[in-house]
Amino acid sequence: MKKKSVSGILTSNQMILLYIIVVLCVLIGTRNQAFLSVSTAITLCRAMLVTLCFAVCEMLIIISGGIDVSFPAIACAALFIPIKIMTDADLDSVPLAFGMAILIGLIFGAFNALLIAHIQLPPLIATLGTSSIINGGLLVFFGSREISNLPDSVDAISKQYLFTYTAPTGFEYKLTILFLIPILLCVFVAVLLRYTMLGRGIYAVGGDANAARIAGFNVRRIRVFAYTFSGAVTGLAAMAYCILMRTANPKNLMGSEMMVIAAVVVGGTRITGGHGGVLGTILGVCLITLIQNNLIMLGVPTYWQKFVVGLVIVLGTSITSLRAKRIAQGPKV
Amino acid sequence: MLPSGKRGGTVANTFLELRGIRKSFGGVDALKDVDLTINFGEVHCLAGENGSGKSTLIKVISGAHAADAGSIRIEGKTVGKFRPIDAIRRGIQVIYQDFAVFPNLTVMENIAMNRQLMTGARVVDWKKVRALALEAMERIGAHMDPELPVERLSVANKQLVAILRAIINDAKLLILDEPTTALTAREVEKLFSIVRTLRDRGMAIMIVNHKLDEIYEIADTLTILRNGAYVSSGNIREYDRRRFVHDLTGREIAQVQYRPSEVGEEVLRVEHLTRKGAFEDVSFTLRRGDVLGITGLLGSGRGEIGDALFGVQPADSGKIILNGKEIHIRYISDAMENNIAYVPEDRLTQGLFLDRSILDNTMAASLSAYFRGLSLDQQALRRDSEGWVEKIGVVAPSVDPPIRTLSGGNQQKVVIAKWLNTKPKLLVLNGPTVGVDVGAKADIHRILRDLAQEGVGIIVISDDLPELIDNCNRILVMRNGRLESEVAGDCDESRLADLLSGREASA
Repeated sequence: MKKKSVSGILTSNQMILLYIIVVLCVLIGTRNQAFLSVSTAITLCRAMLVTLCFAVCEMLIIISGGIDVSFPAIACAALFIPIKIMTDADLDSVPLAFGMAILIGLIFGAFNALLIAHIQLPPLIATLGTSSIINGGLLVFFGSREISNLPDSVDAISKQYLFTYTAPTGFEYKLTILFLIPILLCVFVAVLLRYTMLGRGIYAVGGDANAARIAGFNVRRIRVFAYTFSGAVTGLAAMAYCILMRTANPKNLMGSEMMVIAAVVVGGTRITGGHGGVLGTILGVCLITLIQNNLIMLGVPTYWQKFVVGLVIVLGTSITSLRAKRIAQGPKV
Repeated sequence: MLPSGKRGGTVANTFLELRGIRKSFGGVDALKDVDLTINFGEVHCLAGENGSGKSTLIKVISGAHAADAGSIRIEGKTVGKFRPIDAIRRGIQVIYQDFAVFPNLTVMENIAMNRQLMTGARVVDWKKVRALALEAMERIGAHMDPELPVERLSVANKQLVAILRAIINDAKLLILDEPTTALTAREVEKLFSIVRTLRDRGMAIMIVNHKLDEIYEIADTLTILRNGAYVSSGNIREYDRRRFVHDLTGREIAQVQYRPSEVGEEVLRVEHLTRKGAFEDVSFTLRRGDVLGITGLLGSGRGEIGDALFGVQPADSGKIILNGKEIHIRYISDAMENNIAYVPEDRLTQGLFLDRSILDNTMAASLSAYFRGLSLDQQALRRDSEGWVEKIGVVAPSVDPPIRTLSGGNQQKVVIAKWLNTKPKLLVLNGPTVGVDVGAKADIHRILRDLAQEGVGIIVISDDLPELIDNCNRILVMRNGRLESEVAGDCDESRLADLLSGREASA
């Protein structure tokens, strides 16, 4: 591989994002010495866990030229229905819980795929519809009462850790084993996108669906894959969320779609499709999570947080969009 | 049904032979009994006006459409079922007008993608991708950074990527669909030299085109279609311009240079018009009866003057005097209030509502004149629209079909009709006949001449030099944002070309 120019790397989207994250961390760190510590890293990882899973799926779909606003609803269904069934039937099995969650996610993902790839609805409309159907359906069939007693073995996962860090104060910080899910997912998706024809097909379809068809890609199958895979992973991440929170709430995740889409787009994925990568998305999620959780340490009052998050979304997306515009209008070779 | 012996090469040398191809869509014949022979080592031009069946024929050759009747022989063997993948396997590669490249991917990936898909690879071997791209470039002596995203390439280089992709896919027949539409003269030259290189190595090449000059420059052999039917074919040397145009259009088109019968009072005067970064200190006058041409290379500011006169991108300073009265144009609405009309360069995105009817489109700029109280006078709208369709010669069954279904020439006539319905005093046309075929082009030119005689000021902005020479009695030449010179309409084409590029005219 030819080396890309150093200045090109230093001004790439990911690097700019990294600078912002570092500056933000230093700022918070000067205000609050306790911030720059292993414990913060562990808390941050935990806070990023579910968002990152959602974001990687959303990224995959946006790269393919689509969008998905139904994943919060899918996640709600995928965490609530299995727990409800298991509680009612007095079942207790970890594989069953995850299996059902993944299956439910897969089914709704496939439903999205059916609407978008076969019936050819615009993705936004299709997933809005799916979201509404699931949301309403959950209320009709299961009510809105949360289940706070998870089956024992499922609940027990929340007490399994990858590693434990004991702070000088003697307080223990533990990273949940569930963090393996986003790690494995990121590696899997990164390899998929870079080294498989399916992955390149996702970029190709997002770049120009017609050109992809002419080149010989099965455009429909690629779209079906993107939505179904995302659905299944959403189900998996939803169960992880449920275990982390130690409660099954049919509404908690609703409304998180904008935050996730923002993290993806801030991470350099173009909303118009065809561009994006796992690394950028990780950084995007990191930035958004930092703002959400740690802005308070800068002395920014809580009620300002939403405002600042909104600001970051607008600024972050503007930068990506301006870059795209500059390339579109810039000098051609 | 084979009228002459000219219609085929020697068998050993022939790559593709079509006989009696028929194809109809919903009872409408798109192709009626078409023959075509393409030989190795030959550039074959497929010429025909819009709607003549060129695109359908390409789709039959590429396997996208199955012919209803007729035979296809490739390298002497009759083929049966013929799908796109079969065409590719037999070495037929089509480069469409939009090139079908992926703007978001790199040059090397674009070049190697189809080949990888063909071989059924599931995993991407990036070393091989790079090697394939470099190999393709080497074969025709092209140089490009393989890591560059294609969105950063010029149109010509995007096309080059598409050609390289075809080469690496073992193309035996390369079909180029209207390859020069978006290229500058120099880029066309470069493309043709690549085409010649490929031809000299024995590749069969088919170019779909309707620009006469280019066909004469590049073609070895020629097939002409008209209204879906085979008209004639043969060596390019057998065609003089008259026969060519006659076969293409089915009528004699006399090219008479436009000379106004009289030049009357001043219609428009422009003084020191300037827009920073686009053009500077441009002054000219336009008199009754004038058809004024403005030309220049891409980036010379020729199009921007049109934009400024219509308020799309208003000028920063300078005066515009229309019919003796100074007017100020800051917005498009200012221009429209002063009865200025503008046919933009890109009619598809700037001039038309593609999915709306001919009626809606012809009336779009003058709707306010049709209000009777709170409602539109539908009868008057229809009457006037039908009037224009007939007067201007739009070929359509009624005013109801959507614009999208019309050919380029007819679409452009609708754009012109839309503005004529506003009763303009000044009509500015930017590239009025780009993508318009010979017959419709002649119609549009006739309309412009008539309007000029009726006293409408006409400005034609174009880089089509023969068009300007034939239709304008005066031509302004722009270079680097400045008005370089003015020449009379009967100027010699090569002298005009020299003026454009800034080369000293030979004495």
